[in-house]
Amino acid sequence: MAVTGRARATRAIPTRLARTGRDRTLVTPEGVALPLTVAGLGARAGALMLDIAVLFTGFLVLIIALFSLAGGVAGMIGRLGTGREAPLALQFVVVLMIVLTFLARYAYFLWFELGARGATPGKRMTGIRIAARDGGRLTAEMVIARNLMRDIELFIPVVLIARAGVDSGPAWLAATAWFALFLLMPCFNRDHLRAGDVIAGTWVVEAPRRTLEAPMAPAAQPAGAEYLFSDAELAIYGEYELQTLERILREGREAVLEQVQATIAGKIGRDVDPWRARPFLEAYYGQLRARLEAGMRLGKRKADKHASG
Amino acid sequence: MTTPDTLTPNLLGALLRSDRFRLEREADWQRLEAIVLAAEKGRLRRISDEDLLALPQLYRTVASSLSIARAISLDAATLGYLEALVQRAWFVVYGPRSSLVAWLRGFLGGGWSRAVRGLGVDLAIAFAVMVAGVLVGWLLVAHDPEWYGALVPGGFGDARVPGASAATLKGTLFGHGGQDGMGAFAAFLFSNNAGVSILSFALGFAFGIPTLMLLVQNTAILGAMLWLYHGAGLTIDFAAWISVHGTTELFAILLAGGAGLHIGRAMAFPGERSVLAAAAEAGRRAAQVMAGVVLMLIAAALLEGFARQLVDNTPGRLAIGGFMLAFWLAYFFAFARGPGEVREWR
Repeated sequence: MAVTGRARATRAIPTRLARTGRDRTLVTPEGVALPLTVAGLGARAGALMLDIAVLFTGFLVLIIALFSLAGGVAGMIGRLGTGREAPLALQFVVVLMIVLTFLARYAYFLWFELGARGATPGKRMTGIRIAARDGGRLTAEMVIARNLMRDIELFIPVVLIARAGVDSGPAWLAATAWFALFLLMPCFNRDHLRAGDVIAGTWVVEAPRRTLEAPMAPAAQPAGAEYLFSDAELAIYGEYELQTLERILREGREAVLEQVQATIAGKIGRDVDPWRARPFLEAYYGQLRARLEAGMRLGKRKADKHASG
Repeated sequence: MTTPDTLTPNLLGALLRSDRFRLEREADWQRLEAIVLAAEKGRLRRISDEDLLALPQLYRTVASSLSIARAISLDAATLGYLEALVQRAWFVVYGPRSSLVAWLRGFLGGGWSRAVRGLGVDLAIAFAVMVAGVLVGWLLVAHDPEWYGALVPGGFGDARVPGASAATLKGTLFGHGGQDGMGAFAAFLFSNNAGVSILSFALGFAFGIPTLMLLVQNTAILGAMLWLYHGAGLTIDFAAWISVHGTTELFAILLAGGAGLHIGRAMAFPGERSVLAAAAEAGRRAAQVMAGVVLMLIAAALLEGFARQLVDNTPGRLAIGGFMLAFWLAYFFAFARGPGEVREWR
């Protein structure tokens, strides 16, 4: 198992149209090269903000519930008790508060990232998850390590900033610098690792979900088809154009279809059928794909219109 | 959905080879997708045993489908779907395998103590630094009692200041059995100590130097207080008072400091590995130690909050503290030097 760098990654992924500098390739134990995309900074920041919002709201609700509980208990003691239960009840509330604060600080991220989806609710909503950087199994130790580091990256500097206040210049400046240093760390490395990721050997990747779309069902032997293209007419385009055409056909916007039909017809010197853009393009797609796939079987690939073959 | 069965042989023959390939395997892909979806939602119990057993095989089948599709098909939608599906299945098949209970069993039954032994030299360094911290605290205060106020945080103990009478000091050690609020006190102690330990672990990231400073600062307080009680002839009583929870708590701080140093040292001197690889390896071992440190601190807080107040005499306290120390030493170092351990040591 290995993750190869960017140079090999682009060649190992011939099947994608959109390529970014964040694409990596993971080679599974079965020897299949899996494309992975490192999560973008926007998604990371969005996930963090969502998680903080969830934590904050949850914490607020719990505090309010606890206080009303304490109030109710106090009222009951006032009516029924001997007056000696009050400290005990109060103590129970204080213990609960301390334990809850501790759990909010450490357990929230741990619990969710240890789950099957490897993501907190915020990460799920932004479509990202954590994974082991070396391509191996994501273990509990990794998740623990990456989340204990969150303490010095996020919670402690925020507390320090709040405690120092803007008035005490140097202390505030130092705390803010500390905060900024860790917060900006993902911006300055290729894999967008934060300090916790470095320690744990993890990274944050996109977790795409796709449904299987209906096949385009192009015919291999278009006997009696309305449009028949000669080999020369098909030879001008490559895989890139084929997949662009597939996308356009799946999106199915009439204006775009007509425009593309006009382009292709112009290039191969045919007349444009104004109302028959889709059948024309579907036939062209099917025959181009048949031609290119036949070439693939013989080991000849044509990446795009500029390539020979 | 069109399947091979619903198509007449004639139409099937008219399809592209790559589409025929897809139609023949589609059922497997969708079965895998359903299993993966259930696993992602945490509904593993709803997956039938048959499906669960088939998961690894299905995963391999679909992975090979992807390989073949890459070689014969130019259908971008299908390729994209297969890539996403194999990735999701890979996360399920190679995801965190153990449940929390199974992990805890492995952790307590050897994983933790192995990780602690794996810290090796760093544990020794942390121990030396802690001893040095106590000595520094003692010597500083012995040289100039003014240091006491600087080392021991204000409000830490009002009566415990240089010049206090032996009776006053003795009063701080004994006679708190009837106090209220022990539970809250224990919870506060735990939360506070866990925070400090995690900090000393996390600060290892800065090559371990802040970890060392934190260790010295915390143990210097101990040294200063030891000096104070020694002056009043209460050395043994103080040692017993602190040993009830101290043997557990100081041990936990030692482990946390060692864990921080382990990371710091791996990053400063990665050897033949890359800095990232070295940090990740050290980080994983240290994280395991830290999970145990949190458990130890829960035990320490209970001992400090309850046992110390309830056992109000020196021999009893020494017995508890000594027993805890012996227990931790035995747990970490006495057992398990199995054949698997040799590699762990490097």
